[in-house]
Amino acid sequence: MSLLRQFAARPLSWGITAFARLLTAVQPVWQGIDPLAGRPRVYFANHVSHGDFVLIWAVLPPRRREMTRPVAGADYWRKGRLRRFVGEAVFRSLLIERDPNGRSGDPVGQMAVALDGGDSLILFPEGTRNLGDEPLLDFKSGLYWLAKARPEVDFVPVWIDNLNRVLPKGAVIPVPLMCRVTFGAPLHLGAEEGKEEFLTRAQNALLDLRPRPEAG
Amino acid sequence: MMPDVMRDLLTVIAGIGGVLVVASAIGFVLQRRFSPDGGNAAIENLNDRIRAWWVMAIILSIAFLGGQNGVILLFAICSFAALREFMTLTNATRADHRTLAAAFFVVLPVQYYLVWIDWYGLYSIFIPVYVFLLLPVVSALSGVTRNFLVRVAEMQWALMICVFCVSHVPALMDLNIPGYQGRGVLLLAFLVIVVQLSDVLQYVWGKLIGRRKIAPVLSPSKTVEGFVGGALSATLIGAGLWWMTPFGPVGAAMMSLLITVMGFLGGLVMSAIKRDRGVKDWGHTIAGHGGFIDRLDSVIFSAPIFFHVTRYVWGVA
Repeated sequence: MSLLRQFAARPLSWGITAFARLLTAVQPVWQGIDPLAGRPRVYFANHVSHGDFVLIWAVLPPRRREMTRPVAGADYWRKGRLRRFVGEAVFRSLLIERDPNGRSGDPVGQMAVALDGGDSLILFPEGTRNLGDEPLLDFKSGLYWLAKARPEVDFVPVWIDNLNRVLPKGAVIPVPLMCRVTFGAPLHLGAEEGKEEFLTRAQNALLDLRPRPEAG
Repeated sequence: MMPDVMRDLLTVIAGIGGVLVVASAIGFVLQRRFSPDGGNAAIENLNDRIRAWWVMAIILSIAFLGGQNGVILLFAICSFAALREFMTLTNATRADHRTLAAAFFVVLPVQYYLVWIDWYGLYSIFIPVYVFLLLPVVSALSGVTRNFLVRVAEMQWALMICVFCVSHVPALMDLNIPGYQGRGVLLLAFLVIVVQLSDVLQYVWGKLIGRRKIAPVLSPSKTVEGFVGGALSATLIGAGLWWMTPFGPVGAAMMSLLITVMGFLGGLVMSAIKRDRGVKDWGHTIAGHGGFIDRLDSVIFSAPIFFHVTRYVWGVA
């Protein structure tokens, strides 16, 4: 990456975090894990809005933030020059081809390589934004395959609360409302654990972090 | 700003600074004696609060020195933060998105603009009349009727509390009081100082001699002794600050008592809302205090009444 691009990425990243804070006064709740402890990890979160990973990213301690990459759909982030620049230079997104036919590499392999390189990942295992009334969609199997490939990595459930009200589907103007990001205790794939078992356990761990379960 | 107003304002700011220096010294000694390793939660919280008070006092002082523009900007920001906290706890749904956007990006700026251009006839009815009638129309057009009255009523309450009431603090500078021209910023400082001192003194008296709880369900920390001690001492201090006001010593005491009582009642009402919604604080943005509304609740309830009583008794239209 050119020096100029790196230089431009700094204020942009600062601006994006500042905007997210102004809008949501986002508050991190570290319930089950030390924010600073070393080792790469996989943060897996509920997905209701395009701003989800920005919120997680904004509450990470700056040092960890630099080493944390969101896993995102290539189709969305390759559209338009600005979006492309933000995705590459600011967030260092790990882009995944969502359409299996257009894929060159295998996504789980890509993620494992990033983890081996010392980076942490932000992952949305629902695979797409949840725009309905269900609190959480069924997880795609990618989370399981990654946990199987890298069993020593911490899989941290992260519940993002209220962001769906800030920018609901179809809305253009975001509305300022307080958001909270809750980090739970890390999960690891058990020795005997099967795919369905692990994915259900991961979903429940995420749902348990909801501050107001009745509100969804 | 006229030189005599500036001189009085600097005296006030120096006074606040002096009180905070004493408070910080007490906090330091208490921490040394009872919580050297940070183990005493009450003392740690006290010191958090004092530190936040320093920040708030500095920001307020800068706003006061900035005159009307500074004060309007500061309270508009407070309204924004308060509204953000309040709307978060309402039942407003996706269907109300446009209504919410209008509340934040139209109603709030318009209200403060009207205060800025000193259009009393409109800013005193803009939210209670125009917004009251037009806001539900926006939500109705969404076609979602579930919880309609609850949603609309909550959003209107939020606007009245966080925008209408708060905007009456900077509106004090608009009052036309014979013999008090150009001194509006001191009246505003008087209100804020007496209300906040009353909160602090009620807390201190309550901790020292508080026994009988006034409203155990709403707010377990409020006691009869704390309220009476706090209200009386804040009234005495308010009377001593009469030179900041157009009231004279007796008038300043009566007005101090009025805003102290209103502030106390405001705290009770806002606590009832928090209990209902199952939260301890409105927010987390002010260390040791909670959210903006936690700090502003007493100002919110006293400002409009203080404004109108002052206008009725001392002002000319």
